[in-house]
Amino acid sequence: MEHGEYLQHLARQQWLIPFFPLMAAAIQSLMKRPSRKASGALTIIAMGLSCIFALRAFFATIGGGGQHHEIERAIFNFTWFKFGTTSLGLGFILDPLAEGMAVMVAFVGFWIFVNATGYMADDENFTRFFCFLSLFAASMLGLVVSNNLLLLYMCWELVGLCSYLLIGFWYFKPAAAAAMKKAFITTRIGDVGFLLGIVMLYWKTGTLNLYTHDTLHPGALEQVSALALRNGWWGLSAASTIAFLLFIGAMGKSAQFPLHVWLPDAMEGPTPVSALIHAATMVAAGVFMVGRMYPLFTAEAGSWVLDFVMWVGCITAVFSATIAVAQFDIKRVLAYSTCSQLGFMVMALGAGSVVAGQFHLLTHAFFKALLFLGSGCVIIGTHHEQDMRKMGGLRKYMPITFWCYLIGMLALCGVPPFAGFFSKDEILLSTFHRNKYAWGLATFAAFLTAFYMTRQMFMVFAGKWRGGENDHGHDKHGKHDDHEHGHHGGEPHEVTWNMWLPIAVLSLFAIGLGFFGHKYGEYLGVEGAESVEGKAVVMGASLAVVALGLLLGWAVYGRKTMEHATDEDPLSAALGSLFTFLNRKWYIDELYDVTIIRFTATCGMFFRLVDKSVVDGILHAIAWTAWGISQVFRWIGDEFFINGGFDAGCESVRWEGEEFSKLENGRIQNYFRVLSLGAAILLLIYFFT
Amino acid sequence: MTQSSIPLLSLITFMPLVAAALILLLPKTSEREIKLIALGASMISLLTTLCVWSRFDPNAGLAFEERWSWIPTLNVDYRLGVDGLSVTMVLLTAIVTPLALLAHWKQDRNVKLFFILFLLLQTGMFGVFTALNFFHWFIFWELGLIPMYFLIKIWGAEDRTYASFKFFVYTLAGSVGILLAFSFIYLATNSLDFLDLRQKAASGELGVAISRLVASIHERTGFHVSASCFGSLLFWGTFLGFAIKVPIWPFHTWLPDAHTQAPTGGSMLLAAVLLKMGVYGFLRIILPIFPDQVHAHVHVLLFLALASIVFGAFAALAQTDFKRLVAYSSVNHMGYAMLGIFATVASAPNVADIANEKSAALNGAMLQMFNHGISSAALFFLVGVIYERTHTRKLEEYGGLRKNMPIYAGILGISMFSSLGLPGLNGFVGEFLVFKGAFPIVTLITSLATIGLVITAVFLLGMMQKVCFGPLNTKWAGLPDMTGREIFIGAVLMFFMFWIGIYPGPMINASNTAVRQLVDLFQTMTVAKF
Amino acid sequence: MNIPLGDYLMLSAFLFAIGLCGALSRKNAIIVLIGIEIMFNAAILNLIVFWHYKYFAVPTAYMFAIFAISIAAAESAVGLALVIAIYRQYKSVDVDEFTSLKG
Repeated sequence: MEHGEYLQHLARQQWLIPFFPLMAAAIQSLMKRPSRKASGALTIIAMGLSCIFALRAFFATIGGGGQHHEIERAIFNFTWFKFGTTSLGLGFILDPLAEGMAVMVAFVGFWIFVNATGYMADDENFTRFFCFLSLFAASMLGLVVSNNLLLLYMCWELVGLCSYLLIGFWYFKPAAAAAMKKAFITTRIGDVGFLLGIVMLYWKTGTLNLYTHDTLHPGALEQVSALALRNGWWGLSAASTIAFLLFIGAMGKSAQFPLHVWLPDAMEGPTPVSALIHAATMVAAGVFMVGRMYPLFTAEAGSWVLDFVMWVGCITAVFSATIAVAQFDIKRVLAYSTCSQLGFMVMALGAGSVVAGQFHLLTHAFFKALLFLGSGCVIIGTHHEQDMRKMGGLRKYMPITFWCYLIGMLALCGVPPFAGFFSKDEILLSTFHRNKYAWGLATFAAFLTAFYMTRQMFMVFAGKWRGGENDHGHDKHGKHDDHEHGHHGGEPHEVTWNMWLPIAVLSLFAIGLGFFGHKYGEYLGVEGAESVEGKAVVMGASLAVVALGLLLGWAVYGRKTMEHATDEDPLSAALGSLFTFLNRKWYIDELYDVTIIRFTATCGMFFRLVDKSVVDGILHAIAWTAWGISQVFRWIGDEFFINGGFDAGCESVRWEGEEFSKLENGRIQNYFRVLSLGAAILLLIYFFT
Repeated sequence: MTQSSIPLLSLITFMPLVAAALILLLPKTSEREIKLIALGASMISLLTTLCVWSRFDPNAGLAFEERWSWIPTLNVDYRLGVDGLSVTMVLLTAIVTPLALLAHWKQDRNVKLFFILFLLLQTGMFGVFTALNFFHWFIFWELGLIPMYFLIKIWGAEDRTYASFKFFVYTLAGSVGILLAFSFIYLATNSLDFLDLRQKAASGELGVAISRLVASIHERTGFHVSASCFGSLLFWGTFLGFAIKVPIWPFHTWLPDAHTQAPTGGSMLLAAVLLKMGVYGFLRIILPIFPDQVHAHVHVLLFLALASIVFGAFAALAQTDFKRLVAYSSVNHMGYAMLGIFATVASAPNVADIANEKSAALNGAMLQMFNHGISSAALFFLVGVIYERTHTRKLEEYGGLRKNMPIYAGILGISMFSSLGLPGLNGFVGEFLVFKGAFPIVTLITSLATIGLVITAVFLLGMMQKVCFGPLNTKWAGLPDMTGREIFIGAVLMFFMFWIGIYPGPMINASNTAVRQLVDLFQTMTVAKF
Repeated sequence: MNIPLGDYLMLSAFLFAIGLCGALSRKNAIIVLIGIEIMFNAAILNLIVFWHYKYFAVPTAYMFAIFAISIAAAESAVGLALVIAIYRQYKSVDVDEFTSLKG
């Protein structure tokens, strides 16, 4: 089978896809600061090469037997190390799910890198930035093409590391330093679940390779039917337990409620980072992972795990959308929007449609990267301004950015025929079939999406430029980006070509990608049970709410645009304290502060105290007791008897000496007398004995 | 068991001692020569160790054995040898000691004594890992203690008197337990040879001998104690000695004090090697010689390991002193190694492939020992680097150091992530194997131990944030970055972090056979008795 | 004339007793010195008498006696010189006042 052999050959070369950026990162880690051009070029070339290899593999997977609805899957497993009598393998995979994702990551990544050369042009740590970005790309591509849960987890952690490093790229800002830590720790909480899921899977199946194509040593995912019959925890089967644990990892990475808190703060990083990591790729890794492990989720019929997944997604979608309505920072709006859209994807997975979830992942990657890069252009064009209240009228100054942004916005809102419409529609449809309440909530989230994006468009691009005004600390919500190269006050300007070209390219995809939804379903090899039932209702409802959202947005923000940066937000006037509540993100951060974080800190203080007082206290008590006993021995034994006796002996000898010395009174005649007396006595003895 | 023609292990062990004697003859003022001799000696030991490492055949069991009759009346042989349990530890000692010496290359106070003590310490550490007879093993064990006491006492920081005293007396108290237990074992069996005792324990001969001893004690003194109770007493005595050294919660409080007060090189060796002596004691002595007792008390032991992981991590979270925080992370990390070891002992009848799960746990524990040696040495070294420049260890007083010390921040970051268990660096492989192996056997405890993973991340990242990120504390604006010598030390350690993180095969391979033998010991035992 | 040995010895003892009495009871240093000389001479007398009655053929004791007498002379000269020196120091020859040997 010629084609199969070709796929096998490609699978053996899958490692090349992450290899190029990895090498680029390694080389750049040793580069000096001034070699900016070389660094940027190296990154982009490496990414281009990855993109070419990913495309080659992608077309190979298309070219095969899509018509048979049979998944083309080639794998390449190898041993990492041996222990006991067994060994731990790693492996790469070549299948539609991986390749679709790999192409997206490499392609979107490529254009974001191009944009980043403009965005970071003034930064002194330019080389370091691209080193981290390359490492990120390598890890993300590695994650996508791994056929092994451990390798996937390792890459998963490495993308987390890159996210950490890049969020904190401007480490001298305290907010960035806090955000990087928060991101890593929050995702790590999820990762603990993931790790437990991995070791449990390893325990139950004896391997972490997902597919082996070997009936003697089947891969983990080839044993799901057996796993579904074994007992796990909480009354679930082993398969569902593992799936649940893995999903906790996905919740952390994909910023699902209640582990979503890190994602908005992650906007402290440079905007290309937000576009690449916190919109297009890394945050979608959770969704991808669930998609990859999907057989585990569905192995046990009727477990509550899928419902759990769906409701987490649904709640996140609505919850984040409500917060996005009330934000003023241009990037934060997009961040909460990302959360919300990830909720949509997760909801689709929970509703049983991998295709819808993955397809929305892809389209969302394009248009959200576009929106973030657009916001980056806006930030650069307005001299590092992020507060939307201080923008306005940018359409005049930045026409290219405006049009691209508009396309991205329409795609996100789900206006036909843009990409988001199709993918979101599929999600809503599958949810509709699964659960009507969830569908209703998701439709509400779609309405909010349309509304907050319209709000953003009007605030940023319509009306007049409000940025020149002197600001007297009215921005209690918005954040100032006042690092060294920020110089406020000038007129906004259009950005350079290396910044607008990427968004132009991405906007083409934001327009056109939606039409491939059906094809993508076929490509993934999932037989879409094309149910027309309810399709009209769902589509009609979603179109209606989108239109409503756009209209309402125009009514509130478009009819009369803001005059001054200090004006009150019209919605705030209408909603009052509810607006503040949303603006402060439902006070979730504050809630965590007083509960989990305080609890953890208290535990820390407690155990420190335990060490200091109890453990050391006992230790010191033992030490003091020993000391006390030794004192007893010292005073009674040594001092009283031994030393005392010795001293008494010495004293008596001294006293006697004193007494006897009185005889030596210096009178010679006394000596004589004694002498004669002695002689006389001696004589007497001599004579009478 | 092959008799090696050149006594390589003796050469490794006594080379530092010879160098110390040589330095003794030099005048106090020739500091350069003293340093060169010390470094040279430890380099010879390192090269010899590399030679041993390259010629070590993991499947052959005991290698490079040297055995001479020493005190025939006591049935004591001078017996050295390495197997999978000790060869990585010898390698670790050989690597870290020259680096610790290099870290003190600029030492100017009482150089002669300092380097002599260092070399004595090195001999003690090598000796512990190579000796196979309790008699001289114990001499080396104590030899590891005394120089460290003086290193802390003379060159330590402000609270050195308290810390050195606590360290010395605490550890010595533990040693007393070991010595007493072995005196009784010697009375019972007339043997002090580890491998011999291991065989006796496995064949049940040791148990018989102990009951005989108990009976004769009863006969002579009328004091009655059951044989199993007496066996447990011996076990707890030995356990105490090693648990203090590891240290296992709640015997750990000497560690933060000693670490915080010790000079940089002392902390490096203390964390990297001296703690491993305790874990090694569990592998070499407690598990093979007291298999029944350790199996009977495994639930207590597992709880203590869990406590080390979780409580240690929480206590680290609340520290404000840079060095103290790193010291507490050692408690936490040694907890993982202990979890792996105790999981090997526990029985789990429902697990299918239990031998391999246990091998994974124990291999993971072995690897964790090596990994912790590398990463904690790096962290303590880096604390020393910054302390030398700022003369403070308070975390709040740093801030934004990445600005003018980018190389320092980079190396600190990598060491921190190595300690935190980031994939691609060494810490991950060991921790993963421990979790993988322990999870099926002791599911609940392993699940709870994952709390430690999160808290470790919290305090290490918090440490990183306070030291390197945020606005630069203007007090440190003029601070120079690491010098070439310091970068070299960091680079060597980082090499091992990456090597083991990416290609752990050789390390695991080296310990695997010995690990499997230990696992088999408990497999047969569990089958036979439970 | 044949005087028995006992008579000589009685004389010698008598002389010795007189000398001892003088040496022990008198306060004047010179008298004490004279007392000592008398005891000395009593001893020499004993020596000569024993020689005369017992070993007449051998002249050794004779020689000893002459030596002893000359040494006694030298000694009393030194003693007198000492007494004079002490007198110069203390303006007194009362032996009870000389207690500088007191321990």
